[in-house]
Amino acid sequence: MNGPIVDARGLHKHFGALHVLKGVDLRVAERELVFVIGPSGSGKSTLLRCLNRLEEPSSGSVVVDGIDMLDPRTDINHARQRIGMVFQSFNLYPHMTALGNVTLALRKVAGKSRAQAEALGRAALERVGLADRAEHTPGQLSGGQQQRVAIARSIALEPRVMLFDEPTSALDPELVGSVLEVMRSLRESGMTMLVVSHEMGFARNAADRVVFMDEGAIVEEGPPAAIFETPAHERTRAFISQIQRH
Amino acid sequence: MSSWGRFAETFLNTKVMLKYLPDILSGVVVTIELALLIVVTGIGAGLTLALLRSLGVRPLNWLIIVIVDLFRSLPPLVVIVLIYFGLPSVNISASGFVSTWLSLAFVLMAFSEEIFWAGITSVAKGQWEAARSTGLSFGQTLMNVVLPQAFRLTIPPLTNRTIAITKGTALGTVVAVTEILGQASSAMSNSYNPSPLMMGAAAYLVLFFPVVVAARWVETRFAWKR
Repeated sequence: MNGPIVDARGLHKHFGALHVLKGVDLRVAERELVFVIGPSGSGKSTLLRCLNRLEEPSSGSVVVDGIDMLDPRTDINHARQRIGMVFQSFNLYPHMTALGNVTLALRKVAGKSRAQAEALGRAALERVGLADRAEHTPGQLSGGQQQRVAIARSIALEPRVMLFDEPTSALDPELVGSVLEVMRSLRESGMTMLVVSHEMGFARNAADRVVFMDEGAIVEEGPPAAIFETPAHERTRAFISQIQRH
Repeated sequence: MSSWGRFAETFLNTKVMLKYLPDILSGVVVTIELALLIVVTGIGAGLTLALLRSLGVRPLNWLIIVIVDLFRSLPPLVVIVLIYFGLPSVNISASGFVSTWLSLAFVLMAFSEEIFWAGITSVAKGQWEAARSTGLSFGQTLMNVVLPQAFRLTIPPLTNRTIAITKGTALGTVVAVTEILGQASSAMSNSYNPSPLMMGAAAYLVLFFPVVVAARWVETRFAWKR
């Protein structure tokens, strides 16, 4: 029996007087796809960002793939290679081509030669269906294509878990499908994924578990059908009916 | 004599020009030497300060801000005079050339630090986060992701500042530096004729016009396809 890939316990995060995370426990098993939903300001993104320490948790513990992320002796840059992250606003490097975006960390962090990095980078772009866009700069790509390059940038490093922070929220509706398709194929390849998103249709048929957060705490969690059809808490029910009205 | 004839006799006097051409040319050499030294050391020091500032060490940043604001507010001429006439009182003597170089380099350092700093801070936070999330260190992110984007934004204001401050080499006249303007004005008083000043003006044009054109080329070169 393998331990969880992500094991966060008792996470608290304060931003000044603001108490954003109030003791969150979250475990994600290998190959599991967990969806995190909740109103804006509920702490979903902060939770994700505490897992790879883009945000420093105020207290609690985070262990990812057996590595204690909060231990000062941990080589954080080495550990972060194992945790892919995809952002709402893509955050591609505008001065580099798609291939340059994907190969930068391969060369600088994973220590690959330029030729090795380019081979791995092209393979990653192939996986997201953009092999023919390798030499394009972000400005020449659509939002959906940019987000797929961002996914390729992460998966090229062969992470143990992928964090998605509202990956489709900044996209035009007609471009959402292509990104979800890539996420689905990642899931089929056995990637462990933690997704903050309001793509309920995708959550319903791809997620193993849905976690509902409100006001910095997990209110309830369970299989998608249970959370969406028969939520136990009033707050969950209110939120689900809110977003399903749209 | 026609009015054009009088103008040419006064401002474009061939005899005077030929006589003082070697002086003006030696002034051009001095100006080029000074300008190159100022640009290389001033921009180099400005970039170094901006990089130090990005480390976010509070007391260090306060020190940098004080130094930068000081040199941004003092007129360059005052700095030149202070170094040239002030340093000997602490038993350091700097030649007019060195005083002018140091003063203008300090001023360019101050302005270019601010320009580089503005460039660095204008790069979106998401760029840092994306790079750091893939395991790049602070330094690697700065060098590979942030600075290339910052430089692109800094080139237009930096070239403007550089040209303005480099033209300040003419202030060296005050401390007896034999650069273009110094040569031209002493030639003017010796010949009782302003033609050498016109040669000086022409020399500045010849020197700085290519720099402006080169700056434009660099701007287009560094722009990436959006």
